[in-house]
Formats: sequence, structure tokens, C-alpha cells
Amino acid sequence: MDQTLSGFGTVFVFLVLGIVFVAGGYLTARMLRPSRPNPEKNSTYECGEPAVGSAWVKFNIRFYVVALIFIIFDVEVVFLYPWATVFKPLGPFALVEVLIFAGILALGLIYAWVKGDLDWVRPTPNIPKMPEMPNRRIGKANG
Amino acid sequence: MSSSPSLNTWSDALSGFSIGWFPLGLVIVAVIPLVFIALYALTYGVYGERKISAFMQDRLGPMEVGFWGILQTLADILKLLQKEDIVPTAADKFLFVIGPGILFVGSFLAFAVLPFGPAFIGADLNVGLFYAVGIVAIEVVGILAAGWGSNNKWALYGAVRSVAQIVSYEIPASIALLCAAMMAGTLSMQQITVMQAGPNGFMHWFLFNNPIAWLPFLIYFISSLAETNRAPFDIPEAESELVAGYFTEYSGMKFAVIFLAEYGSMFMVSAIISIAFLGGWTSPLPNIGGLELNTMTSGPAWGAFWIIMKGFFFIFVQMWLRWTLPRLRVDQLMYLCWKVLTPFALISFVLTAVWEIYR
Repeated sequence: MDQTLSGFGTVFVFLVLGIVFVAGGYLTARMLRPSRPNPEKNSTYECGEPAVGSAWVKFNIRFYVVALIFIIFDVEVVFLYPWATVFKPLGPFALVEVLIFAGILALGLIYAWVKGDLDWVRPTPNIPKMPEMPNRRIGKANG
Repeated sequence: MSSSPSLNTWSDALSGFSIGWFPLGLVIVAVIPLVFIALYALTYGVYGERKISAFMQDRLGPMEVGFWGILQTLADILKLLQKEDIVPTAADKFLFVIGPGILFVGSFLAFAVLPFGPAFIGADLNVGLFYAVGIVAIEVVGILAAGWGSNNKWALYGAVRSVAQIVSYEIPASIALLCAAMMAGTLSMQQITVMQAGPNGFMHWFLFNNPIAWLPFLIYFISSLAETNRAPFDIPEAESELVAGYFTEYSGMKFAVIFLAEYGSMFMVSAIISIAFLGGWTSPLPNIGGLELNTMTSGPAWGAFWIIMKGFFFIFVQMWLRWTLPRLRVDQLMYLCWKVLTPFALISFVLTAVWEIYR
């Protein structure tokens, strides 16, 4: 099998053509379409109401956790792909090595699973309740 | 069987052709997939989906423009070209404009390694499958740029959901494709297909050739639905809760580009699943004794026919599922990905490795 990187020149032609196609589409539409902006039309859509604040807000921390787990497994897969093309000649020894490698990462998945990082809705933490205030009990007794 | 001498004859002949410094042949090689995306999205993608959806719901669908509404998409394109292109004042203009572009270019670049039959492929990279998996992921950047740049709450939530979903389902999808790469022993799209060619038609396909292959096949099919944001994984653009997801603020040509990108990646994942498990451009018909059905239905033109038909079949299944299954919730989505598909993908990876070494 050819071991060099070849054919990426063609991929570059695809890249240029894709950009040209999108830019050409924008340009054609720009020549054909009307442009009559007004403040109402250019306001942010929020179901007809005036938009409240900016949309650039903090969002759920769960998304970052998903991204972190993703990176771990993505790196694993990147290492496995080259191995997949040559593992048949390498035989059982390479298989055992890769199984150890994949096993360590599977252990990571189990760890995240047990820690509850894979649950989208975390169970509500059990916060101990404040003891009832004595003066309220007095108030109740008084009627 | 492997390293057949007549591979890529058409595209290689075209690539060698240039006028002075200008590689006209290479440009034509790249234009052919582009024209294919446009034609398929216009006919089968939009019109076909509307008609199929309508028939599944006992409606007629578009009927006004042309015979049985056949010119409806053309009318839509003309309308989209003339539509005013609204850029919200609050939006990040740069991200808002390049978002659809990144989406489309990412989707189109994957077509560079898609073999349209034994004689035509854009670039027969020796890392083809790996490249396809990687380049499709660039769409995540486009979606995030579009959603964040819109400065719209629906768009941002749609984009963030979409990114989390695509990124998560990338793991089972790429491990499932890894199984196909292990069966083939190569990452070149043409070589993977050639491995599945033979006189017995469908019996040489990895899906029927290997007792474990159905598991990665199913995992990749489910993940590909999530990666293209198709139902039942369409929570990023859930109409009833997020209006339209990350393309809420888009109109006119930018909207059209986003749609073209979505239909492009729909065909791309359908073609990848056909190549990895269902023999790509090889004919499903076997040679039965003297009746050489396989030999009759093989060749460059037949190859293009088979790969496109297999792609269209999976797109039909996607449309069918859209009207069959209800949408998942975000927590169910994450449950399915990390606690069902990923462990099973790892299991299928181990089983495939053991089978391939000891069979």
C-alpha cells in the first residue's frame, strides 16, 4: 500500500471549490435580493416580544463534561485507526497490547459512569434541613 | 480481487488534464460531486422528502407547481434567491456569515473521498475513511459559529445541544467504522469496497460476511442519525421547543446553504454506511450458475447506480424513522450514547479483533 500522503491536492481543489460555491451563492443572492432593513426587522427573534438581554449567557456545565469525556475517547480512536490497518499481520500480541490500552480507557468510562458524570440530570443533593426555630413553636402554642 | 488494475480510471484520466497551470481536470472532478449534491438535494432531498412525508401521513404534499408539484423546489430556490437577507443588529456579523459556509464546506469536503463507482473518486486517499470521519466533524464548528453568532437564545441552545450531540455520537460512530476498517485492513474507500466485491454479490459484504458486523452496523446507523440531526435525534432543531435551533435567524441564501449542507451530510453518512458494511458500489446480485447477474450489473456506470441507490435507500429509512419515532429528551440522548452505544461499540471492537485474528 502506498504509505505517502497523496491526493490531498485534489482535496484542496474541493476546499477552494466549496468556498467559491458558497461565496458565489451569496453574491448572486446579493445582486437579486432587495435590502430594506429597519430596526424592527433586524431585531433578535424572541417570539414577537422585544428581546431581553443578550443570548450570550452561561450555560449548563454538563456540556463541558461531555466535551472532556469526548476528547479522551476521541484520542483513543485516533490511536486505534492506524493499528486497525496493520493488526492482522501483527497478530495476537498487538491485540493484547491494544486491549490493555482500550481497557484503561474503558475503565475511565466506568469511573465516569459510577461518579454519575454520564447522567444528564444529576440527583438532587440531600441537604440537611434546618431545625425548627423554638420561637415559632412558642408562637404556635400561643395560638 | 484486491488491487484491481482498472480502479479510478475515469477520475485519474480527468485529473491529468490541465490547461497551462490551471488544473481544469481536477476542477471537473470536484464539480461532479457538487452538481450531484445540488441535483440530489433539489429532487430527492427536498421534493422527495416532502412527498414521502406526505404519503406517510395520507396527504398529497406539494401539488401546485408543475405536474404533481415537481417544480416546487425550483420555485423555492427562486424565492430564496430573492428573499431579503436579514442580519440581526445584535449578531456577531462575521460568525453569522461564515457559519453556513463552514457547514457546507465541511459537508462537501467529505465528498472528496466518496467513490462514485469503481472508476470515479475525487481523491483516493489511503486514509480515506479516517479523513471522512474527521472532516464531517468540522460541521460542529459551523453550527457553533452560526448559533453563537446569531445572538439568539433559541439559536444558542440549539447550537449547544447540537454540538454536544454530534460530539458524543462521534465516539460510537467512529469505533463502529473502526470495526469495518479492521475487517478490510485498509482505510482507503476504494480498497474497502474492493474487499467486498465478488461473484456472489451481497454475500461478500461485511455485513453478511462476518457474524459480528451487524452490531457495528446498527451502532453506526443510530449514530449517523444523531450526527445529521435527524429524527428521533432532532432535539437541536426541535420545532416545538426551539423554533428552528441554530438556524432560527437565517433567511435567504444563507438558509439555503445550511439546507444544502444538511442534505449533503445526510447522503454522506448513508454512503459511508453503504461502503463500510454494504459493499459500496458493488452489485448486490449474485451470479447464479450460468445466469451471471453480478457480472452483468457491474462496471463504472452500474457502480455509480448502486452506490447512489444504497445511499438513497438509507435516506429513505431516515425519512421513514422521522414519521415513526418520537423525539428523545436530552438526558435520554446522553444515556443512549454513553451508556448503551459506547459500551457496545467497545464490545464489538474487541469481538471483531478476536474474530479477524482467529477465524
